Amino acid sequence: MKILLCASKTPDTTSKIAFTDDKKQLNNTGITFILNPYDDHGLGKAVDLKEQTGASLTVIHVGDASSKAILDRCLAIGADDCIRIDMEPTNAMEVAQQIYEVIKDDQYDLIITGRESIDFNGGQVCDLLAEMLSIPSIPFVTALTLEGQTANISRFIEGGEEKLTVQIPLVISATKDLAEWKIPNMRGIMSARTKPTKVVAPAAIESTVNLIAFENPVAKSGVKLIEADHAEELVKILHETEKLF
Amino acid sequence: MSVIVFAENNSNKFTKPTFEALSYAYAVAKSLSTDLVAVSLGQNVPDSELEKLNGYGAKKVISINNQGLENFDSMVYASILKDIIAQENGTVIIASSTYNGKSLSSRLSAKLKAGMVSNVSSLPTIEANNFIVNKAVYSGKGFATFNITTPIKILTLSINSYKVEQNQEPVNIQNQEFANNKGSGMVITGIQKSNGAISLTDADIVVSGGRGLKGPENWHLITDMAELLGAATACSKPVSDIGWRPHSEHVGQTGLTVAPNLYIAVGISGAIQHLAGINRSKVIVCINKDAEAPFFKAADYGIVGDAFEVMPKLIEAIRKVKAA
Repeated sequence: MKILLCASKTPDTTSKIAFTDDKKQLNNTGITFILNPYDDHGLGKAVDLKEQTGASLTVIHVGDASSKAILDRCLAIGADDCIRIDMEPTNAMEVAQQIYEVIKDDQYDLIITGRESIDFNGGQVCDLLAEMLSIPSIPFVTALTLEGQTANISRFIEGGEEKLTVQIPLVISATKDLAEWKIPNMRGIMSARTKPTKVVAPAAIESTVNLIAFENPVAKSGVKLIEADHAEELVKILHETEKLF
Repeated sequence: MSVIVFAENNSNKFTKPTFEALSYAYAVAKSLSTDLVAVSLGQNVPDSELEKLNGYGAKKVISINNQGLENFDSMVYASILKDIIAQENGTVIIASSTYNGKSLSSRLSAKLKAGMVSNVSSLPTIEANNFIVNKAVYSGKGFATFNITTPIKILTLSINSYKVEQNQEPVNIQNQEFANNKGSGMVITGIQKSNGAISLTDADIVVSGGRGLKGPENWHLITDMAELLGAATACSKPVSDIGWRPHSEHVGQTGLTVAPNLYIAVGISGAIQHLAGINRSKVIVCINKDAEAPFFKAADYGIVGDAFEVMPKLIEAIRKVKAA
């Protein structure tokens, strides 16, 4: 069985976000980049499945050379090899298309993405890639077991969860419930050095969405403090002025 | 040319996110001087529900009811929408940013090679050849504008970001046949709905607790207030990690994102990751005994005080308002 984990690179969750003067890019100064947290949950699941079934696990990533540490960590955690498509993407369609062009004939049985990336919060790659490959997609997966060709899946639906079965090949997107993050051990880190990362040039692809500019969020005008001794004043404001209840 | 909105139903009824999407799509159609077509796919959505879509501005409602559509299968739904989009010459396709809305829209984006921007919260700027939309990025720590350059454009609308507006059009419902399009072959084997409790992502008011409450035994301060306000309850990550509250209540960058009209944070310091999950809330209230808590910088209203003294006062005041 062949598993593919789609990895994206995002600023870590504590990052203060600022943009370059021309507002066209993120200001990278002082930012630590990590594997998108949801992709990390997906990677944890992929490694569990690999150990259970003896499957191969490839990690694919669209990003520049600065992603090396992130990909090395994926190898240290248990991936067999990495493929890096050498470009920095700016939208989901780009990511899905670049990945598709590389893997379209490789017949992966299970492709895992994160439910969304914490930078662009799109949540599109899972379904985009599945559509390009003409295979099923099940996003927002909280649990998955494999029985031969059948995947037993739990996933989020509005107001709850749904259990279903579906045949592989398929694409899923991982929620944090799917698996814990894994921590690479010493043996993993050593063996990562012998595992290959293939770098491929990006395919020429027509763009569908152009990023025009970033903006900082509008700052709040400043909190109105109410005295603890007169806490009921707050209720009056929320009820009569803000009319929230 | 037409604007097409996917009118998602939940057990054959439309919910607020669908009406928000209708209202937004109506405004887009108007700015393009074109008609709004609403599409409903379901098991048995009755005319009494479908008429509501005309009430929110749909010139035409296309409805397909069939047992085969009872459960959302993105491959089936996308196939049907593709045909309807061609039939109606749809140029802008809109859905709500619900689980199904996002999944369906992404499939359509690839199927039609149509540029898509998800989680928009304001109307597009349409001028000359440009179709410009704005959305929150970096989990709400920034915004970005995008230009969609393909002939067909796809948008998903963030929940609770566009006001529901009635725009009555004459009732016009067209029933179409289900063509039994190829699906995923998925079989639903069970459904578990969180019962009773108000859904966090739909709630107008959310009352949320953090470590400042000292222990799960004190959570009545949160739940009593929530019950009075008809609010949903939420919590910070540390509190869900140590098991005081269920994971499903965790709101934050790696938890749920909520955008209610009112978010009341009790005993939560306001770490960046938590704020990322709530920064689109309309009014934010912070109750914390630490005057330096970062949450006060993100809040509209605040009380610096001990939650154990302040909350009972607030609950009592709310009770009086509700009883009046």
